[in-house]
Amino acid sequence: MRIRRVGGHALLLDFAAPTDSEPDSPDALTPAEPVDPALVEGWRAELWRRRERAELVATEIVPAAATVLLDGVPDPAATAAAIRTWTPMPPLTTSAAAEPVEVPVTYDGEDLPRVAAHWHTDVPSVVRRIAQTEFRVAFCGFAPGFGYLTGLPAELAVPRLPSPRPRVPAGSVALAGPYAGIYPTASPGGWLLVGRTTLALFDVRADPPARLTPGTPVRLLPT
Amino acid sequence: MSEIEVLTAGALTTVQDLGRPGWAHLGVPRSGALDPDALRLANRLVGNPEPTAGLEITMTGCELRLTRAGTVAVVGAEVDVRVGDRPGDPGRPLAVPAGAVLRIGPARRGLRCWLAVAGGIAVEPVLGSRATDTLAGLGPAPLRDGDRLPVGVPVGPPAPVDVTVPTAYPQELHLTARLGPRHDWFDAVALDRLYGTAYTVSPLSNRVGARLTGAPLPRAVPGELPSEGVVLGAVQVPADGQPLIFLADHPTTGGYPVIAVVDDVTPLAQARPGTTVRFHGPQR
Repeated sequence: MRIRRVGGHALLLDFAAPTDSEPDSPDALTPAEPVDPALVEGWRAELWRRRERAELVATEIVPAAATVLLDGVPDPAATAAAIRTWTPMPPLTTSAAAEPVEVPVTYDGEDLPRVAAHWHTDVPSVVRRIAQTEFRVAFCGFAPGFGYLTGLPAELAVPRLPSPRPRVPAGSVALAGPYAGIYPTASPGGWLLVGRTTLALFDVRADPPARLTPGTPVRLLPT
Repeated sequence: MSEIEVLTAGALTTVQDLGRPGWAHLGVPRSGALDPDALRLANRLVGNPEPTAGLEITMTGCELRLTRAGTVAVVGAEVDVRVGDRPGDPGRPLAVPAGAVLRIGPARRGLRCWLAVAGGIAVEPVLGSRATDTLAGLGPAPLRDGDRLPVGVPVGPPAPVDVTVPTAYPQELHLTARLGPRHDWFDAVALDRLYGTAYTVSPLSNRVGARLTGAPLPRAVPGELPSEGVVLGAVQVPADGQPLIFLADHPTTGGYPVIAVVDDVTPLAQARPGTTVRFHGPQR
C-alpha cells in the first residue's frame, strides 16, 4: 500500500502501488498490480471503524477499485503515519455475515448475446452464471446509489459499448469490466445490459439512502 | 408562509447552502455554493445562521418578488441591485417591501452572486442539504420562471454593517496547486507545462468543473486508471490533455488521472470564460 497526498486535506490509500515509507517520497513509475477487492473492503471497514471510535477524523471515506480516499483530514501527515500502524479488518468480519440484498432481476437485457459471445457461451449460461454469483458492493460512484458489484472472475470482464447509449432506463442491470451494476436512475451509459429490476436503489428518505452500500453482499436473482 | 416568486429565473439560478458532505461513499457529490464564504457573508448580513440556504445567481441575473416584506443581501459578482424603483447596494442588508420587485442585474464583473434572504430558502432538504446538485440531480431543480420558493422565519436582526470587503475579479487567477496524487502518470514536460502555461477558462465550464484550454499535458503512462475517489479542486486530465478543475458538483469518483489539487477553488466561482489561470506549486 502506498499513501498518496491529495492536496492539503486528503490522502489516497493506493493498494496497487508498492509500500512506501514517506508520503511525499519521489514517485517511481510502477505498473499497477491487480487489487483484491477484499483488501480494499478490509481497509474501508477498518477506517470506518476507527472513525466511529474517533481515532480518525475524515469527512469522507471513499473506497474505489484499488484505493480508499480520505477527504477532510485536518492533519494528513499525522493521519498517514497512524494508518501505517493499522491493519485492515479481515474480510470475513466486515459484512460477509450480513444478509445479502436480494435483487429480483428480469434477465431480458439486449446485450445478453454480446455478453454470451464474450464469455464463449450461450445466453442461458450467462444468466445462470450471474444468478449464481455472490456479489459484493466494492464501491459506489458514477451516480448516487450506483454500486460497483464485484464477484465475477477477472476472465469474464467485458468491454463497454464502443459508444454509450444516450439513455439507459432506471433499474437496468448491466456489466462492464469486471463489475456488475444497476442504474439507480435513467442516465447515459455504456455498460452491457443483461436485465432490469424494479427494486428502488436510491431513496433520499431512507437511511442509508442507498440500498447498495460498500461492503454489502448482493444476489441478482431471476424473477 | 412568506414566499419568493421567481419572475425571471435567468440563465442559471439555483438554491445553494454549504452542501451535503459525508455521502461521497454512496456516490453523492457535496455540491453547495461555489463560493461558500460569499454565501456565509450574505447570510450574516441578513441575520441568518451561516449555513442557511440562499440563491446562487449566474451571469444574467434574475427578478424576484417577496410576498411579504423581508431583508435580503447580495454578495459576489458586481451587479446592479434594484428594489422596486430604487437602487440597492450589494454587500449590505436591503429591506424589500411586500410585493416589491427585486432585480439582480447581469454581472458586470465576475460571474456569480449569492442572495440571502432573512429566514432562508425553506425548501425541503435532501440528505441534510437544500443545495441543487446539477450533476446528480439532487435537491430542488434550477429555478424556472413562475417558481415559488418558501422563505423561513427570520431568527435574528440584520447585521449593523456599513462596509464589506469587495469581491475580487482578477483577469488572471493564480492558483496554488499541489502535485499528486497521480502526477507520476505524466512526464516531466507535463509538469513544466502545468506550472508554466497561461491556461484559459473555457465556456464549457460549469458547477461541475472549470475546463481549461492551453498546452496539453502529455501522459507518461498509457491505459486507464481504475476509478478512484476525487476531491474538490482536483485537476483531472482527460485523454485530450486539457485540464479540468473539479468544483462543487464534481463526481465522487473519476477515471482520469489527477495531476494536482488546487488549494482554494473559490476564485474560480467568478472566473468568466476567457479568464487566465496560472498554477503555482507550493514546492516551486
